[in-house]
Amino acid sequence: MTAGVTPLYGLILAGGVSSRMHRDKAALQYQGAIQLDRAFELASRHVEKVFVSVRANQVSDPARARRPLIVDAFAGEGPIVGIRSALAAFPQSAWLVLACDLPFLSDAAIEVLLRERDPTRFAIAYLSAHDGLPEPLCAIWEPSAAAALAKYQAGGGHCPRKFLNSHAARLIEPSDRRALDNINTPEEYAQALEALETAAPKQLKIQYYALLREQAGRSEETLESSAATPADLYKDLASRYRFTLAREQLKVAVNSEFSDWSRKLKQGDAVVFIPPVAGG
Amino acid sequence: MRFRFTQTAISAHGARQELQHLSAGGYVSFEGWVRDHNEGQEVTRLEYEAFQELAVKEGDRIVVEAVRRFQAVDALCIHRVGALTLGDMAVWVGVSSVHRAEAFEACRFIIDEVKHRVPIWKKEHYRNGNSGWVNCERCAAPAQHSHGEHHDHIQLSVLK
Repeated sequence: MTAGVTPLYGLILAGGVSSRMHRDKAALQYQGAIQLDRAFELASRHVEKVFVSVRANQVSDPARARRPLIVDAFAGEGPIVGIRSALAAFPQSAWLVLACDLPFLSDAAIEVLLRERDPTRFAIAYLSAHDGLPEPLCAIWEPSAAAALAKYQAGGGHCPRKFLNSHAARLIEPSDRRALDNINTPEEYAQALEALETAAPKQLKIQYYALLREQAGRSEETLESSAATPADLYKDLASRYRFTLAREQLKVAVNSEFSDWSRKLKQGDAVVFIPPVAGG
Repeated sequence: MRFRFTQTAISAHGARQELQHLSAGGYVSFEGWVRDHNEGQEVTRLEYEAFQELAVKEGDRIVVEAVRRFQAVDALCIHRVGALTLGDMAVWVGVSSVHRAEAFEACRFIIDEVKHRVPIWKKEHYRNGNSGWVNCERCAAPAQHSHGEHHDHIQLSVLK
């Protein structure tokens, strides 16, 4: 690192009280990893060093204790204290700040922040696709923000979202609407788990009949696919095998029963596309 | 299961015996036969294939629905798959009922629904050497209005 260049560190915010989830959000599992670790690994792919922000009473929690920690060093509540504490701990550094409860956040979304970052502003952040407000917990905070945040908090402010709206920040639109969906309730957690499972590559068994069998040149195959629904899967296969039947002419069966085209496919599902029938 | 497939010739006589009940006063059957022409083409033979796992479930649902709806005594449908030649019986439907009207109606309902709902496909081979999957190639339209591939041969026996 050359002198004069601002280092960029990562800060994972996992100090929240998770009141609506009724359990520690940092410990929620997705695809075999707790979300604190997923966020930590994600940040680690983009910055040289990553810390976990904690309140003083969380330092001995096992999931947090094995990571480098930045303990809240200011009075007050909420993420503004964690961000200020990081900026104070390494005053020369900028911070990629990530909440741990953004299960859909991707490397691509982080890369955009890094590319669009403007060190003359206090921060760069995404605007939420849902309420149009800045999302301070998926943002890069510049060293210059330390003093401004201190002044803002001293003046009675406590909300980093409002801070970004009223101070010089660069605010950008996310390209993936869902990237910033945060997960606060058990219902949202269940939906996120299902969505991540559907998007993951899965093994599917496909059987072909009649015209589709002839055009595919096979009566069945097992393949790895990330198609979320039978509609997506047919689109992929139709272009691979040059099927002449439009999806609107077909029905579909999953696990030997008629199915909706928008059903979420799961690992091991058996899918059959049904061309126009002609029994009798 | 009140719907089944066979790879060999359908025995209408054997199937009819399954529907004989002392409470039934009438019996109607329908036979679909392979004929020598369809939509202006000379047909020489047919191939049927089915997604049997789902087809027997859907076929059974149709027959059960027909019995319930028309208050028939009993009903059965047998469909042949594989290679068929002209004159072969492709499908057989039988219904027994207390009075004749229910048997006619239920029989008509079963064959109509089977044609539209059960995943069975038919490939026609023509005199000119061409072949095609019915409803998939020569006509691009969806299947719901396919009729008339066979002589509709209704046979009525009133058991007195």
